[in-house]
Amino acid sequence: MSMTNTSNPGTPENKTQKTSARFSSWRFQRNLTPYLFLSPFLLAFIVFMVYPLIYALNLSMYRKKIIGGVSFVGLDNYVKAFHDDNFWDGIRNVLIFGAMQIPVMLGLALLFALLLDGKLIRRQTIFRLGYFLPFAVPSVVAALIWGYFYGQSFGPIAQIAKALNLQPPIFLTPKGIIPSIANISTWQYTGYNMLILFAALKGIPEELYDSARVDGASELQIALKIRIPLILPALVLTAIFSIIGTLQLFNEPNILQVVAPTVMGSHFTPNIYVYSLAFGNRQFDYSAAIAFALAIVTAVLSSIVLLTVYRRQQGD
Amino acid sequence: MIRSNPPRRYSTGKLLILAFLFVFLGYFLLPLLWLFIASTKSNAGLFNSFGFWFAKDFNLATNLKDLFTYQNGAFIVWMKNTAIYASVASLGSSLISALAGYAFSQYRFAGRSFLFGIVLGSVFVPTTVFAVPLYLLISKSGLSGSLLAVILPALVSPFGVYLMRIYAEQAIPEELIDAARIDGAGEFRIFATIAFRLLLPGYVTVLLFAFVGAWNNYFLPLLVLSKSAIYPVTVGLAYWNSLAAQQSAVQILYPLVITGSVVGTLPVMVLFLFLQRFWQNGLALGSIKG
Repeated sequence: MSMTNTSNPGTPENKTQKTSARFSSWRFQRNLTPYLFLSPFLLAFIVFMVYPLIYALNLSMYRKKIIGGVSFVGLDNYVKAFHDDNFWDGIRNVLIFGAMQIPVMLGLALLFALLLDGKLIRRQTIFRLGYFLPFAVPSVVAALIWGYFYGQSFGPIAQIAKALNLQPPIFLTPKGIIPSIANISTWQYTGYNMLILFAALKGIPEELYDSARVDGASELQIALKIRIPLILPALVLTAIFSIIGTLQLFNEPNILQVVAPTVMGSHFTPNIYVYSLAFGNRQFDYSAAIAFALAIVTAVLSSIVLLTVYRRQQGD
Repeated sequence: MIRSNPPRRYSTGKLLILAFLFVFLGYFLLPLLWLFIASTKSNAGLFNSFGFWFAKDFNLATNLKDLFTYQNGAFIVWMKNTAIYASVASLGSSLISALAGYAFSQYRFAGRSFLFGIVLGSVFVPTTVFAVPLYLLISKSGLSGSLLAVILPALVSPFGVYLMRIYAEQAIPEELIDAARIDGAGEFRIFATIAFRLLLPGYVTVLLFAFVGAWNNYFLPLLVLSKSAIYPVTVGLAYWNSLAAQQSAVQILYPLVITGSVVGTLPVMVLFLFLQRFWQNGLALGSIKG
């Protein structure tokens, strides 16, 4: 609320004569101030997010014909996307990936956060920083490292297997590829999610635990009944961001494609499909439609998660 | 772990937990240790020696020399590009986010909740949706040969705005701002001299994560940048890696990609370790409200 105090700095004679004019211009300035603070963001937001979004939406309604140039086709590209097996293949792959990877990653992150919060373990910083460090690594480098680990040539896993006279395991097979990439993501992002949950746990007052302990609750009961429910918002946040990230899976498969070109096609994930449609086939219009279809799937899945959690809480 | 005084007995349960935590410490750190050791090896050394120990010849200096001279010093150019891109994009976006977050937290104005709703909603839109049109718009505008092509889109950070709003609501007491107003300070002076200082821990967190996000970004630069002279390190390394995998290519590329991975990753790691206190506090501040 703009305050109505008139204790503007000013000489007394100003006050009596020009109060109303000065006041209204001052008030106008005050009303304008938030928009001025917002203007750099809004400008960049409109130019680099809203405009490209509209541009892409428009683009997705056209189709380039081999003869006859570009023509408006309305929602045809979306109908085509809906019946496009390549698109649904990619969606299926990232859903399998997410169903496998997100529970493992968030489960571990939650477990680490619970174990490292409080006085159970001393010198927790070593663990916290050590677990977090892979987050600082670019996902390109993470995929490169694990690509070497999975490889048959100089990867340590193959070396150990050979030293034990065993057949080195082959990771990057059609069946092994999704768990192999899931491991890379878990390695990279568990520590980051742990820190977010850890920070949320720090916000719970100690006295809550103390009174539960006085009532004879075990540490496990305290974790399940007090700590986890209290950090549920943070947990939901990490889950939503993990889902969004999973649906956009690109970097790791793109890097691994170099060492396992036959295992992943040009539509292994929706993002890889968009990339190869746009930059391999120059089908920008259809790739824009696929990108929007992906956005719709993302929105639907995120809302399902949010609604399920919300309903559960209401039910309690 | 175990201090000599006072003697402390670990129960079996506690030892199991410690063992569990140490196993995962290995899981998270051994791949990095492997990378650092591998960067000291020649191509032959990579194949002849055990991954978690050094080869007979310590080849780090040669690897670094090769890394900085290969393809006329392309790697140095990529490092420079990444440094410029990450610094400008993170400084710009965090400042823009701080201004916007401050506005959302301190003022009531027409369209406030509508605008904030749009900001929040845009967090959930996949980057892919912007990637293709951004590529087309950037190549139309002739920017695709310039670092601006990746810097400008990175200035928008809806999540940064969201975080800065939460920080601002927690860190800035309204009475303080009102007192400054009564003293006759202008709105921008209040922000620059009082509010920004209070926002600093949150600001550093947003800045650092924006810096890391830009430094490690791969998807957008890969799409929008048209020539290798303006690649960042991530795209450059991926490019060399694809050459290394081709059978015709010179084998020298494996040590180069590995050493380049170390050099391209170290700055971010060092930054995280040094700014630890800042961002750990910043994260805590941001998550209290979930």
